[in-house]
Amino acid sequence: MGNKNFSKKLKRIKALIKKEFFQIIRDPSTILIAIIFPMVLLFIYGVGVSLDMNNLKVGLVLEDTNPEATSFYASLKDSKYFSIDISNSRKDLEKKINASKLKGMVIVPFYFSDYKKRLDKKGPIYVVADGSEPNTANFVQNYVMGAYNKWLIQQKLTYSEPDIPKIQIQQRFWYNEQLESRYFLIPGAIAIIMTLIGTLLTALVISREWERGTMESMLATPITMREFFIAKMFSYFTLGMLSMIFCTFLSIVFYDVPFRGSFLALLVVSSVFLLASLGFGLLISSVAKSQFIASQIAILTSFMPAFNLSGFVFEISSMPYLIRLASHIIPAKYMVSSLSTLFLAGNVWRLLIINILALLVFAFVFFTIMAFRTKKRLD
Amino acid sequence: MANEPLIEISNLSKSFNIKQGLALEKINASILPGKIIGLVGPDGAGKTTLIRIMAGLLKPTEGTIKISGFDTIENASRIYEIISYMPQKFGLYEDLTVNQNLNLYADLQGLSASQKNERFATLLKFTNLKNFTNRLAGKLSGGMKQKLALACTLVSKPRLLILDEPSVGVDPISRRELWKMIEELVKENITVIWSTSYLDEAEKCSEVLLLSLGKLLFFGPPEKLTSTVRGRCFHIENAIDKRKVLSNALNDENIIDAVIQGSSVRLVAKQNTKPDISSYQAGENAVLKEVVPRFEDAFMDVLGGAQKGLSPMVEFINIDNKNDKPIVEVKNLVKRFGSFTAANKITFSVKPGEIFGLLGPNGAGKSTTFKMLCGLLKPTEGEAFIDELSIQKVTSQARSKIGYMAQKFSLYNNMTVLQNLNFFSSIYPAKDKREEIVKKMLDIFDLKNFSNIPTHDLPLGFKQRLALSCAIMHSPKVLFLDEPTSGVDPITRREFWKHINAMVQKGMSIIITTHFMDEAEYCDRIGLINNGNLIKIGSPDELKDLVKSKDLPSPTLEDAFIELSNSNGEKPNG
Repeated sequence: MGNKNFSKKLKRIKALIKKEFFQIIRDPSTILIAIIFPMVLLFIYGVGVSLDMNNLKVGLVLEDTNPEATSFYASLKDSKYFSIDISNSRKDLEKKINASKLKGMVIVPFYFSDYKKRLDKKGPIYVVADGSEPNTANFVQNYVMGAYNKWLIQQKLTYSEPDIPKIQIQQRFWYNEQLESRYFLIPGAIAIIMTLIGTLLTALVISREWERGTMESMLATPITMREFFIAKMFSYFTLGMLSMIFCTFLSIVFYDVPFRGSFLALLVVSSVFLLASLGFGLLISSVAKSQFIASQIAILTSFMPAFNLSGFVFEISSMPYLIRLASHIIPAKYMVSSLSTLFLAGNVWRLLIINILALLVFAFVFFTIMAFRTKKRLD
Repeated sequence: MANEPLIEISNLSKSFNIKQGLALEKINASILPGKIIGLVGPDGAGKTTLIRIMAGLLKPTEGTIKISGFDTIENASRIYEIISYMPQKFGLYEDLTVNQNLNLYADLQGLSASQKNERFATLLKFTNLKNFTNRLAGKLSGGMKQKLALACTLVSKPRLLILDEPSVGVDPISRRELWKMIEELVKENITVIWSTSYLDEAEKCSEVLLLSLGKLLFFGPPEKLTSTVRGRCFHIENAIDKRKVLSNALNDENIIDAVIQGSSVRLVAKQNTKPDISSYQAGENAVLKEVVPRFEDAFMDVLGGAQKGLSPMVEFINIDNKNDKPIVEVKNLVKRFGSFTAANKITFSVKPGEIFGLLGPNGAGKSTTFKMLCGLLKPTEGEAFIDELSIQKVTSQARSKIGYMAQKFSLYNNMTVLQNLNFFSSIYPAKDKREEIVKKMLDIFDLKNFSNIPTHDLPLGFKQRLALSCAIMHSPKVLFLDEPTSGVDPITRREFWKHINAMVQKGMSIIITTHFMDEAEYCDRIGLINNGNLIKIGSPDELKDLVKSKDLPSPTLEDAFIELSNSNGEKPNG
């Protein structure tokens, strides 16, 4: 008897999965979220968006025209970080900063070349940066300082000044040697895409069943809610995994992102993350019975946090304490961390296992809540 | 076996929240198998709630329903094996084909492959869907969707079939086909619960459950209820002005219900009274004839009758029709979508103060014609004039002469009554008069007490009033009504027609599409559209006369509709 019941169950689940399959291939919004959107997102982060600052538009007022000053100008001009707008009037450049045409300006005062006579033997310069964009302002400050220091050393070498520093800093960047921002943005984008499929798409397709009244007729058949959800999860789990594999392929082949971990580890982490995302999607659908509300909830509670608080774009360790604390309850955070580890560093199991465990806890919590909330009735 | 009840409803109450009171109150009934049970009642009576409890989808607050001895909650899993349920929205997967939908439901019911083949063959033949098995359900016509939904609920041959308003928005032809199919099922000993707002359907059921405000007012054969109004139903024939007679009759306190039926006015009088037509200004030739009662007459009687009194519209509308020139003139309108001709050389005209009905099966082209007349669709050929203004050439000028009330009342549901009125007044160029008009509307339609209530919380009758007031506040000369009372109960429909009747008496013209034949009876003339062609124009009585025969000595308007649609051009799908 139990065996017969089980085979009946299996048959029903199979029928539902078949239905989901037909719906997925016929529904343009599914194709959009699972294929087109990942391609666009990867393109944007692979080619379009870069957090590295090149060609910063900076003004230069050259009040001193001695060779020292002009050689400083030349070294600024040669740097790939700047595009220099030279002028002899501070007023003129101030206007341009006001109009946001320049990110800052460097003033080389008329007494600049007298620096050798000064005690510290340094030529004074004056750097102004547009503080309304703090990040860029920092770049302006630091890059100008860097360029200036480089120039100073150059000068001292040229004129064989005696006090060349004994210690020099040699910089090495591990894991992302060229500091290419797309190397960490693309793995992050994959986590975002999987969040969208797992949570947004799942919540959407279930609320659609409520909206169109198909849920009501499903409820009046012998299927149980558990069977219904298993079929949904199986289908969207598969879709999410396929999308992940597709994205990984694109990242490695088209965007030259290195992959240093193992694919097995990638599969394990992705599966666990998808489970958590799906669980959350199901949870949303049990509250929201219309597609509009479901998508609003999903975007606000999963997509936005995954974007902002997962470490995908913004560094978590530089956030205030409370927000850092809050970021721990964002499943995407663990996924972003695992993905960037797998892509750029390799199989760092100590880190991966912590992330996997955290994601498992999420999945467990969501499914437990679902198990208590689900009943096969409308009230 | 046959004498044991299949459904046992005992002491059933349901409340959704304490504030709203009971949705169902102490319902008791035992229903024998092998019958069609009609479930009727005005909106908000609790029909859907009762059906959902039967289907095991809601838990009763008190009492139980047992089907074949199984409790709908405690033995829920057994219930799902005995019953099949078709919700109001059909529950079809529109992005699946006919075949895939059938397969899904068959697999969920656990049918084996050989059972499936046999059952599908029967069902596809039964529903006439054999040639459409690979079509997406979403691409089917309304009537075919409904048949597919029925087929899906029948895959497992249930003992009890529950249908929640299966005939809303479906044309009379499909409705009649559906009914025939259901009668076939009953022969196979399937019991059917059929919730409906069409009382002619209820009349054909073997038993009727009549609910009102959660209470069971009547349970038994419909004839039993109908017999309570025997000797109290009358026709006034040969009246000079039927509309005047109708409003006068509705003012008579001895009259329970009054409607227009073609050229006559139908009355239901109070117990032990006979209508005194001398006070109705019916004219010397008018005669009062006793007629056979219908279930609807008794229904109105049980529920306290139609709303009395004059429509306040009389004070508001006053259209000066200087001459007798047609207010709407339609000349050779053609609309083609690619190679498909949706409307073919439609020509007719509407006189001032006339009610003109556009009738036809689903997909016949009446909505297309309707939209061209309102200036919402551009005709491929031909022209239409409203008050001598070409709707194609001076669209906005011509549009200012028309009012439009869409299906399901196109109101902003989350705005208050006042906000809706203000909004609709602002899109018309009434300017300084806006405030005055809004105030007037609140007064006339008795909406003052509701002015700050969100529209979705309004009772249906008030929603209807609000939609009507939004459509007519700029005093249009022609009012377009697109299935205005689809899914609305007879009482609310009566109120609606009281207002329409009053406006027409004051010179407004009406163009209406409808699937309700009793609504079509109010029309002065009807244009019957099929396959894009206007096949007949005539008064309701003239159309009925056209199909009179030996077999059908006194055809109803529905008979005429079906006969004429079928005899002209091939039958449309569904």
